[in-house]
Amino acid sequence: MPVIRTQDAIRELAAGACLTVFATDPGTLHDIPAWVRVHGHKLLVAEPRGEEFFFRIEVS
Amino acid sequence: MAEVKRAVALISGGLDSMLAAKVIMEQGVQVEGVNFYTGFCVEGHTHAIRRSDKAKQKRNNALWVAEQLGIKLHIVDVIEEYKDVLLNPKHGYGKHVNPCLDCKVFMVKKAQAWSFMTDNNFDFIITGEVMGQRPMSQRRETMPVIARESGVEDRLLRPLCAKHLPETLPEREGWVDREQLYDFHGRNRKPQIALAEQFGFTDWAQPAGGCCFLTNADYAAKLRDLWDARGERDYELDDIMLLKVGRHIRPAPHFKLIVGREEGENKYLEGYKNTFISLASSSHPGPLAIIDGRADDADVELAARIVGRYSQGREADTFSVEVRLPDGTAHTLHTSPLGADELPAAWHV
Repeated sequence: MPVIRTQDAIRELAAGACLTVFATDPGTLHDIPAWVRVHGHKLLVAEPRGEEFFFRIEVS
Repeated sequence: MAEVKRAVALISGGLDSMLAAKVIMEQGVQVEGVNFYTGFCVEGHTHAIRRSDKAKQKRNNALWVAEQLGIKLHIVDVIEEYKDVLLNPKHGYGKHVNPCLDCKVFMVKKAQAWSFMTDNNFDFIITGEVMGQRPMSQRRETMPVIARESGVEDRLLRPLCAKHLPETLPEREGWVDREQLYDFHGRNRKPQIALAEQFGFTDWAQPAGGCCFLTNADYAAKLRDLWDARGERDYELDDIMLLKVGRHIRPAPHFKLIVGREEGENKYLEGYKNTFISLASSSHPGPLAIIDGRADDADVELAARIVGRYSQGREADTFSVEVRLPDGTAHTLHTSPLGADELPAAWHV
């Protein structure tokens, strides 16, 4: 689900915009970076923060 | 210059759909992948929860396949729409609560609808189906049903077993060369593995017992139990996620206990503390549990004793839990663990 929400959010953003994602699903540490690579965007941050996982993505 | 043709590949994350897409890409067709999220997938999320599965791949296999192939993958949330497929399958269920034929029709139809909706102008749809492989949807007599009932008709191509099927539009039009398609059939995996090696793939998903929880006997039993207890065949995403986690114990028709089996599951269940009454072992190391249903004080005490049964205090005279209500109020309950012979097998869902 976090990947789907990330995908859908990025669809609405223009190139150059940044998206911040907070997730509790530990699978996101693999899946969100993979999705970013597959779709050619730029992963600025991917890290656990306390009980959550934090990502920052720049739209290409 | 000939126009480049474009195909949508249904990508489950398994080996066959990966190979099917690759076969068509090798023929110069531009392929993009689509994956449908029903909520019933076995891998990835489930293994990410459990610490004891740390050796298992914690990845979305569909995304991984897309990366191996170098194609885009669009993941479509179909949880709500899929309810009708699961609850009212025209072609019925397989061995458990798996509506595989209706499911395939639904997914092929959705792939077509998606391709039109996004103005991507795809020319045809491909799947990794292999005739004779899956007992319900991949039979000689059911594969034409999928093409027909999805509305995709002869724009549906199955590259791995195309030579066993009538020619499709992409073949007739010369968009793909039938001679370079395959004649795989049956349950033997050797042809697929040989083709994977030929393409240089060294890794692929190997879901033991199937990739969909609806084909799993234990999961199906839990889902039926949920429907029986609620008096209606309906569900939300949280319901179907929780069925994948923990021991489900139903001491009475009006409530059940979901008991974490290990650290990862306990952590996952913590996420539901604001939705359900939760019980956390406090006197001894032990599981976290949540109560699904209506529970009075006597039920909560029984639940606490069951939690004790699965804790390291199972042989102790006394056992304590912190009982937390969804509104955040909590109190400590002192009781004794349930004895081994006091937990009937019939309570296990």
